[in-house]
Amino acid sequence: MTFNVTYKRFGERAILVEWPATIDEIILKDILRYKASVESKNIESIVEIKLAYNSLLIIYTSFCRNYENEVKRLESCRHSTKSKPDIVSTLWKIPVCYDAVFGVDLETISKEKKLSTDAVIARHSEAIYTVYFIGFLPGFLYLGGLDEALFTPRKATPRLQIEKGAVAIGGNQTGVYPMVSPGGWHVIGNAPINFFNPKQDIPCFAKPLDRIKFVPISISKHKDIKMLVDAGVYQLESEVWHG
Amino acid sequence: MPGFINWKVRCGMVEVLKAGFYTTIQDFGRFGFQRYGVPYSGVMDRYAAGFANSILGNKVDAAVLEMTMTGATLRFDCDTVISIAGADMLPHRNEKSLPLYKAVKINKGDVLSFGKCITGFRCYLAVLGGFKTQGLMHSQSMCKGITDVFFISKNQTLEIGINNSFSITKSAYVKVKIDYINTSNLNVFKGPEFDYLSKSQQEFLLKNQFVISKEHNRMAYQLEGVMENQLKPIITSAVLPGTVQLTPSGTLIVLMRDCQTTGGYPRVLQLADASINTLSQKFTGEPIHFTLSEF
Repeated sequence: MTFNVTYKRFGERAILVEWPATIDEIILKDILRYKASVESKNIESIVEIKLAYNSLLIIYTSFCRNYENEVKRLESCRHSTKSKPDIVSTLWKIPVCYDAVFGVDLETISKEKKLSTDAVIARHSEAIYTVYFIGFLPGFLYLGGLDEALFTPRKATPRLQIEKGAVAIGGNQTGVYPMVSPGGWHVIGNAPINFFNPKQDIPCFAKPLDRIKFVPISISKHKDIKMLVDAGVYQLESEVWHG
Repeated sequence: MPGFINWKVRCGMVEVLKAGFYTTIQDFGRFGFQRYGVPYSGVMDRYAAGFANSILGNKVDAAVLEMTMTGATLRFDCDTVISIAGADMLPHRNEKSLPLYKAVKINKGDVLSFGKCITGFRCYLAVLGGFKTQGLMHSQSMCKGITDVFFISKNQTLEIGINNSFSITKSAYVKVKIDYINTSNLNVFKGPEFDYLSKSQQEFLLKNQFVISKEHNRMAYQLEGVMENQLKPIITSAVLPGTVQLTPSGTLIVLMRDCQTTGGYPRVLQLADASINTLSQKFTGEPIHFTLSEF
């Protein structure tokens, strides 16, 4: 499906392309198609294209002098590419320990949602999440697909420190903190996995349209996996996703 | 010895005797990694850093030392040439005062020292050939969460290139325009959500004088006071250095070089690139105002 998009200038060297203001996988797919079609033209003046839920930011090397022409060029890129890009997606199985040692807000969510902690864990780990994009912090995945029964407003006062690997719920979103950070989300578990490794050519394993599944593990398994991850020998389980 | 090639020593060292308030190595930043949530980083004031490099014939984006508020004290273990630009931190070589915006010869053993800024807030030290610190993701810019070392500390040593091809006499007179440091005017464009503001909010933004709060760093400058705001958060979207965000509580935040890649607050204004340099030279309590430019 192809949506109507709008164009806006954003600063001296960027054009913002916006899709309807909803979070939807169909929109994500259209955005990725648009991005691929512009990238396939290898336009030299484009430095980088940034993707978010319902927008692309196209950043240029220098001041866009002829904005109207540039928009026309982008539109023609979009419509000249007929073939769908092959997007090969991966399902990543992320081990998560939901023990109270890590899941410091599990009890709060359980009370607020009138669900047992086991039911909260089941609902969180049975879902398959879609990766929309990476932002906020290096390696932070914006995920779609949280069970509505688990939607919980963010804390009024953020915690000053959330641990690396913390699995958390904020509003209608869930995610994993890739590094120590302040944050207002409710922490329900911990994944002993590196979501960001600046020393690798591709510092994040996941990309837009990949899937994430959280697999509950015990504290001792968490410890074992963490040791392997720190030694750089842990192999994350994954499979090809046919969506 | 006949038959041996006389290799010149290629690297020299700079020893950090005092680190200053907040000192980092920066080039023009890390590009192409925003898709992984990696900030751009890079020198806060590109004009000053680029100027310092140009004086030495370096590439404009060569790695420099960025000093904030109070500068460092450094000892050189090799001959080189340096230049200083941006904030005036009263630089001295071996107790003798040095000019800014000029190539200065440094001899092995010289101690270069900087004090507290008397104009501006960030001072740049360029060395001939640039600092040769380790790079990561195509950049030497230090950044918390990305590079293992994210600020310069006492007793650290920094590698610099050795190059004797520079002749100070060749250094032409360069005209310096430092008005940009002292002006309180920041040129801005409408941000993507500017038109969602009411007329009175737009007028407030463009006619009011703002004061820089004590919350400011390489990630963002928060402005004092609050403005009336009924705008809802937006669906998380791209932000850039120079994006002015309006939070639900009515606070204005100007994002800077180490800012996050995406955000959920309405983006009401976007600083012109040159005005990011100006803001980089401001600190707590200084006034600023926005002037709207048309594209």
